[in-house]
Amino acid sequence: MRIKNTEIIDTFAEAFEMWAARVVITADSPEWAQAAAQSMTGFATSVISCKCEAGVETVLEPADTPDGRPGIAVLLFTMDSKSMIKRLVERIGQCVMTCPTTACFNGLESEDTVPAGGQLRYFGDSYQSSKLLDDRRYWRIPVMEGEFLIDEKFGMQPAVGGGNLLILGRQVDDALPATTAAVDAMRNVSGVILPFPNGVVRCGSKPGSSYKGLMASTNEAYCPTLRGIAPHSSVPEDVNAVFEIVIDGLDEASVGEAMRLGAQAAATAGAVQISAGNYGGNLGKYKFDLHKLLAS
Amino acid sequence: MSLQLTLHTSPEVPLEAEVLTPEALDSLKPAGVSALTLRHGNEAVNVGEFFRVSGSADEELRVEGELGMVKLLGAGMQKGRLLIDGHVGMHLGVNMAGGEIRVTGNAGDWVGPHMIGGRIVVEGSAGHMIGSAYRGSPKGMLGGEIVIHGDIGNEAGNAMRRGLIAIGGNSGDFTGVNKIAGSIIVLGQLGTRTGAGMKRGTIVSMRDAELLPTFSFACRYRPLFLDFYLRHLRKLGLTIDESWLGARYRRWSGDSIEFNRGEVLLLDQ
Repeated sequence: MRIKNTEIIDTFAEAFEMWAARVVITADSPEWAQAAAQSMTGFATSVISCKCEAGVETVLEPADTPDGRPGIAVLLFTMDSKSMIKRLVERIGQCVMTCPTTACFNGLESEDTVPAGGQLRYFGDSYQSSKLLDDRRYWRIPVMEGEFLIDEKFGMQPAVGGGNLLILGRQVDDALPATTAAVDAMRNVSGVILPFPNGVVRCGSKPGSSYKGLMASTNEAYCPTLRGIAPHSSVPEDVNAVFEIVIDGLDEASVGEAMRLGAQAAATAGAVQISAGNYGGNLGKYKFDLHKLLAS
Repeated sequence: MSLQLTLHTSPEVPLEAEVLTPEALDSLKPAGVSALTLRHGNEAVNVGEFFRVSGSADEELRVEGELGMVKLLGAGMQKGRLLIDGHVGMHLGVNMAGGEIRVTGNAGDWVGPHMIGGRIVVEGSAGHMIGSAYRGSPKGMLGGEIVIHGDIGNEAGNAMRRGLIAIGGNSGDFTGVNKIAGSIIVLGQLGTRTGAGMKRGTIVSMRDAELLPTFSFACRYRPLFLDFYLRHLRKLGLTIDESWLGARYRRWSGDSIEFNRGEVLLLDQ
């Protein structure tokens, strides 16, 4: 399949079951909300080393936040439901509660909830208090600038992690603009995040390593420098740079839609080839076939 | 269509009407409702001796007439709507657990004593002891919401444990006396001795107030949680000035003769 001059490889991205929560951060100004969101989603690129994946889903106008202030919606993904509470408490406690003027609210209605605010309240050292309004409990934790307000419970739901696109170009100079064009297009899809820096990964990985104990290592099949060395290379002769975009989403449809829009944008922006990473279909529950996505 | 009860004979002494709740009448036809027993002073009387009954039940009960001598309407109510057109007597919604009571006129003393859940809205004023514990009871209101558009008397929220009492006008003395927790918001003027003996919880006013010497000034700050309450009350029909949202309030802690974890928040003028 081709879109303009871009070859779309007949392959699929393999994705996994994860659990997701949506955290709405508000503050007196968009800048402080952004600062908290940036901190909370820092070092959350891959569960392999970061224990969770997180990113900014969208910027919220005051009219769309619970307290009428500027806000940011953050999505956080974990490999299982059990670890969600720990990740939320760590990241909200260290990155949002610490940030001036912020408050933190649940942004996902679900029957499955974790008491992140209910645990963070203990920071109040018995001076905390709660308010119950419309069946929703808020905790007021005294801090040096006033109070930190947080929902007691945060919803979580099964989600999809690890959707991906590989974007191949002649050089970094043209592969990267094609990739960022894809990122820009994907950011318009609600319910997804791109957890890597600016949404882009340059060191795509494969599971396992020749070294014992390493869970992941470089994906030599897509390293241009290893085209003559690696046992198998997927880098065509006219390609000298490959970037990956990883997509986590609240459901299969949103991940698929983000991949579709991203692939179209990358092709329009001059990618030589678009492919996707998989493990032979043996590991992940979800398969996103590139040709099917782009035909829809 | 709702079930409608219209008072046709004014009671000479208080008429105790705790049987009149939407769920109690839900399965009854007008004749069955008319045959129910009320207490008129020390006499047992039928509903039909005082009320004309019409319509059919659909979880909504309308009661109209001069009901100032009718007590205990909506007692123990758990669901549905009770609409009272006019003034109503004491003990409205005692032990109420759910549903909504709305009164277009004034209410007497003891609105929602020992209330657990649901909502009472009085579009006029109300008497003393709103949302309070009966004398001798250690805990009063345990949940739910009482919204009075007008003024109220003394001892609102006496020993309340949870829930919300909101007053559009002024409150009398001893607002929140012996309060264990919960929230009282008075948009008008507080009376004297506010929060005497309170342990935890919140009392808010948009006017200045003289507090007991056992309350200590903490700070001026913006209590974000309060915006949620004010917006909620605006939806319920109270007039909320836009300037109160996101505003600074003076926080007083007390009562130090008790647990000292309560707060009085006064709009910083």
